[in-house]
Amino acid sequence: MIKLFSLKQQKKDEEGSARAGGSQKKASAAQLRITKDLNELNLPKTCSTEFPDPDDLLNFKLIICPDEGFYRGGRFVFSFKVGPNYPHEPPKVKCETSVYHPNIDLEGNVCLNILREDWKPVLTVNSIVYGLQYLFLEPNPEDPLNKEAADELQSNRRLFEQHVQRAMRGGYVGTSYFERCLK
Amino acid sequence: MASGEIENSDYQQKRWHNIRKLLERSGPFCHPDFEPSAEILDYIMNSCKVLIVGAGGLGCELLKDLALMGFKKLHVVDMDTIELSNLNRQFLFRKNDIGLSKAKCAVEFVNKRIPGCEAIAHHCPIQDLDDGFYRQFHIVVCGLDSIVARRWLNGMLMSLLQYNDDRSLDQSSVIPLVDGGTEGFKGNARVILPGMSACIECTLDLYPPQKTFPLCTIANTPRLPEHCVEYVKVLQWCKENPWGPNTGLDGDDPQHVAWVHEKAQERAMKYGIANVTYQLTQGVLKNIIPAVASTNAAIAAACATEVFKLASSCCANMNNYMVLNMSDGVYSYTFSAEKRLECVACSNTTRVLEIEPDATLQVIYDKLCEDNGYLMKSPGITTVINGRNKTLYMASIKSIEEKTKDNLKRRITELGLYNGVDLLVADVTTPNTITIKLKFSDSIDIDMSR
Ligand SMILES: [Zn+2]
Repeated sequence: MIKLFSLKQQKKDEEGSARAGGSQKKASAAQLRITKDLNELNLPKTCSTEFPDPDDLLNFKLIICPDEGFYRGGRFVFSFKVGPNYPHEPPKVKCETSVYHPNIDLEGNVCLNILREDWKPVLTVNSIVYGLQYLFLEPNPEDPLNKEAADELQSNRRLFEQHVQRAMRGGYVGTSYFERCLK
Repeated sequence: MASGEIENSDYQQKRWHNIRKLLERSGPFCHPDFEPSAEILDYIMNSCKVLIVGAGGLGCELLKDLALMGFKKLHVVDMDTIELSNLNRQFLFRKNDIGLSKAKCAVEFVNKRIPGCEAIAHHCPIQDLDDGFYRQFHIVVCGLDSIVARRWLNGMLMSLLQYNDDRSLDQSSVIPLVDGGTEGFKGNARVILPGMSACIECTLDLYPPQKTFPLCTIANTPRLPEHCVEYVKVLQWCKENPWGPNTGLDGDDPQHVAWVHEKAQERAMKYGIANVTYQLTQGVLKNIIPAVASTNAAIAAACATEVFKLASSCCANMNNYMVLNMSDGVYSYTFSAEKRLECVACSNTTRVLEIEPDATLQVIYDKLCEDNGYLMKSPGITTVINGRNKTLYMASIKSIEEKTKDNLKRRITELGLYNGVDLLVADVTTPNTITIKLKFSDSIDIDMSR
């Protein structure tokens, strides 16, 4: 038990009596946590990160270059924004490369459970990296965000593969245009 | 003695009669260490400074409760202004107050209504007040609806802790935090002794995550009215950018809400979903959970009682987390949330590293890897200088390593580091980022509280 009354009979310092040298701004819990996440980032060989400003650990890009599966040879850029409520809330992740993918829509929204409903504070940036990498190896037509692509993957795998290739080389699939993203 | 003073003192006797019974005599239910005395009431009234964070549903209750218990040195901080929808439960406000500062109106009301109360208002975000401000308080009690703000406040109180030379906690630097929260018919109240008991970060898992739906459900198989609103919020807004690409969706802007409402209704129509109302739209956008006045009252009462017990030491505090659930019958229990050894906030006791002022960053890096106290593998080192984060060196990220490797050769003073600066160091050998304070070896003393 802490005895405030006997511990602090005396009045506390009046406001503004900050110690000599002024106050030093502390790093936020989100900052401490992301520093830890990044220092321990263990990227698969198909992934790399880019930090436009090395002093800003809260905003960065992840680049995935799959070496197998439908998306082999492509180069896909994701932007990560880590908010002040990290890790209570997940980072905001968007795909900046236009891609023909059942779980990624044309605006770059990504349907990955741990980015939304299944996020937990114990998960890390590394978990998300692995989750995203897995999306390219095993696109999941059960959770479609691009319904056309999902239906096609289920009904005609060959055609889906051709469309993925066409999109990665740069061109139209249906009415949507895709920028070239081959390495 | 003038008769007015006699009357006054007689009035004072009667006014605090009940509280005196608690504080000026002992009893079988008192804490064994409790020493009854008349000075305790004097301390509560004239010395004990309490900060109330938030002047909303919980804050109004807390301010009223504490002022009526005799606390006079109250401060209230809240950045919000009063809205019409607050008036059903935030009873210190009237219709004329709409648009004015919650903190100021609440304080004005209570100071007028309760003789002797000297509450002071701060109409600003909690982040605008510095450590000098927070250090003046004996107790902080918090009635917030934001987890970010709670975590910030928690971090602030942790940063005020001071340690003795033997690394034991200096108890006089502990500012207890009493935290209340409500959601509809549910609520919780807890007592945190920073550095001694479980803190907000220790129990981050206890806060329910914001309700989210799978993106693919929202996009393809909506079933609930909420799915339609979420669709417009998450997917349609950034596609159509109705107010231009630089205007984000603002749940407080009635025009934005109206736009989302209209689009959500269109979508609901398409999928045969009913009940997409304006109110529901606003509720989903702002993540509003209906506030219940009686839940606020119950939780605030528990919090105010804990503040009273902390200030007086008359009874043991709750240990340490109380849950109140009135949504299905009435149910309450209290459990002892455990302090987590690897908590980022409260296990991060600052360590001191002594260094020559003309040393290079490489010297620090080597010390962290080779000194017996550390033996790190690949420390990532960052700091905060003038409020800005700065990455000094991090080997694990290639692009950062390339941009920061030259720092290793530079003198620490060239990098802006000074005597007493905090380094934040992450490494696989520690469960969290740790804080290491630099002490220049030619300087006599550094202030550990900074
Ligand atoms: Zn903690």
